[in-house]
Amino acid sequence: MAVNATSPVRRGFLPREAFDTLLRALDGAGYDCIGPRVDADAILYREVSAGADLPQGMEETQAPGQYRLRETGTPRCFAWACGPQALKPHLFAPREPLWRSERDSEGRLQFRSTAPEPRPLAVIGVRACDLAALALQDQHFLRAGSTDPYYARRREGLFLVAVNCTHPAATCFCVSTGDGPQAGDDCDLVLDELDDGYAVRAASSKGETIAQQLPLQAVTEAQQAQIDREREAASTAQSRAMPAGNLREHLFNAWEHPRWAQVAERCLSCGNCTSVCPTCFCHQQVDVPTLDGSSATHYREWDSCFTQNHSYIHGITLRPDTRSRYRQWLTHKLGSWHDQYGRSGCVGCGRCLTWCPVGIDITEEVSALLKEAGT
Amino acid sequence: MNASLQVPWQAEVVSRVQETPSVFTLGLKLDDPAAPAPYRFAPGQFNMLYLYGVGEVPVSVVSDPEHDDEIQHTVRAVGRVTHGLEALRPGDRIGLRGPFGRGWPLEAAAGRDLLLVTGGLGCAPVVSVINYVMQRRERFGRLAIVQGVKHMDDLIWRERYEAWSGRPDTEVQLAADVAGSGWNWHVGLVTDLFDRLTMPIDQALVMLCGPEPMMIAAIRRLLELGVTPESIWLSMERNMQCAVGLCGHCQYGKDFLCRQGPVFNYPEISGRLGVKGF
Repeated sequence: MAVNATSPVRRGFLPREAFDTLLRALDGAGYDCIGPRVDADAILYREVSAGADLPQGMEETQAPGQYRLRETGTPRCFAWACGPQALKPHLFAPREPLWRSERDSEGRLQFRSTAPEPRPLAVIGVRACDLAALALQDQHFLRAGSTDPYYARRREGLFLVAVNCTHPAATCFCVSTGDGPQAGDDCDLVLDELDDGYAVRAASSKGETIAQQLPLQAVTEAQQAQIDREREAASTAQSRAMPAGNLREHLFNAWEHPRWAQVAERCLSCGNCTSVCPTCFCHQQVDVPTLDGSSATHYREWDSCFTQNHSYIHGITLRPDTRSRYRQWLTHKLGSWHDQYGRSGCVGCGRCLTWCPVGIDITEEVSALLKEAGT
Repeated sequence: MNASLQVPWQAEVVSRVQETPSVFTLGLKLDDPAAPAPYRFAPGQFNMLYLYGVGEVPVSVVSDPEHDDEIQHTVRAVGRVTHGLEALRPGDRIGLRGPFGRGWPLEAAAGRDLLLVTGGLGCAPVVSVINYVMQRRERFGRLAIVQGVKHMDDLIWRERYEAWSGRPDTEVQLAADVAGSGWNWHVGLVTDLFDRLTMPIDQALVMLCGPEPMMIAAIRRLLELGVTPESIWLSMERNMQCAVGLCGHCQYGKDFLCRQGPVFNYPEISGRLGVKGF
């Protein structure tokens, strides 16, 4: 059923013990389902088939260069801030074949696209920051007139169950970028978690169809008051902030700022930040021939502007040092992105702080660059 | 975009010319039922050439856009892929996708005097324009061709330059930093050559291609000589892998060279040109 002006958006309370009805409804609609699970000492998106798979009672502590899970005994399953993995790997694959070439005995070549034919995927537990990042990746990969078919096919079948964030980490700053902690309507269902269940809201007609199949109860005033309190607390809990506004002019004016050399002394140029960043889109192409030489597969795989090869051109590396690579990353993310996609490329998820092995804090670097700018 | 801009077509090598010990020109014919017929491009655009089992490189097209038989690419053997392309002979097959990017402003150039400035071995994108103009001489005003090389032996197509210099309303000035016997052109920098032209250049439309320091020095001198910034166009180079604005390698500040470039109007990039790190 399509949502229209006369049909109220379906909203109600799903008791925790009825959570599996959501999974069954998604399964019945043909979706593979992934959601948060504890894996490798982190909360990652993995296949879920029952509510029992969710990380109930788990919370995490994040700080620059640090991520630690702990059991708290809370009945909640979403009492955590974003883990290392965003939606990105499920749409823009870390490594995927673009085409295959086959060579016959006379040297003739045949090329075949290997665009994927994925099953529709539902993701449970998406955070507001990752919805914002998805919108940015959509702009890049689904540009009008030049849609990337590899990304598009996965995106087409995506069903998003957002869960509003009530436990921002110390590394989070989505409030300052305007991207969280509450999810907007760029998804299909939005959940607010309480101790005994979830307030469910349909945000799309696809979501409405699923919500209709759930045993929803009325949301009580007390429940709503609790949700409002937790939302408010999540917004005010964040201690970090990205300076507001379009930083492009400030950062490009600070092109020769001494801070770039200072951060380069700490930065390992490892590329962790670009891997965990939900908006970074750089990738390289590599050709892998089979051992018998009869065919080759052409892959694209995530690349990072922190690598030597990223700026290589016939014998020269244009950004030969960490200073120029960190500057490229930051000025692109917070500067050029405004020209390319109409906003900053940072959604405030804080992953680049947490997963930086030396704990470089992007908000601190930007503040330093702005404070002492004007060279 | 359909997948075809990201997936090559088969092309057959139909001709091969060794221009210098390390520079060669491959003539290609698209030989794939999925390929567009006719294949169309604009001078200044580039193709991605795929060497089977190795990888792709971006190479600008030097042949004439209305020359249907052959799509020609002049390549210097410098890396893994280009060394492999060097070994190809007529009858061999490669992959080709393209054309990509924004070419030279040939409509804006119509009716105007043209100054084409090239440096080093990176002259192929401008040579495509020279060929284009020579085939359609009546559409353009006077033509001045200025080419500089480090060593006289680096100059490819010397016979062509000398033949062009004999054409009506056309003048050619060549320079080599290092020259030996048999060099009757200028010894010195390419920027010295502007003063030697008889064509007044302050009204000309300028197209530049070559190493960035050379283009920067040339632009500085051209501006001193009264050429307006808007009349200057240049072809840039960066790492390119996808050629469709996705992979991020060719970003030059806000621009993706493979989409917004490789040819730029000087005011579009004057703030970035020569700044290390872009």
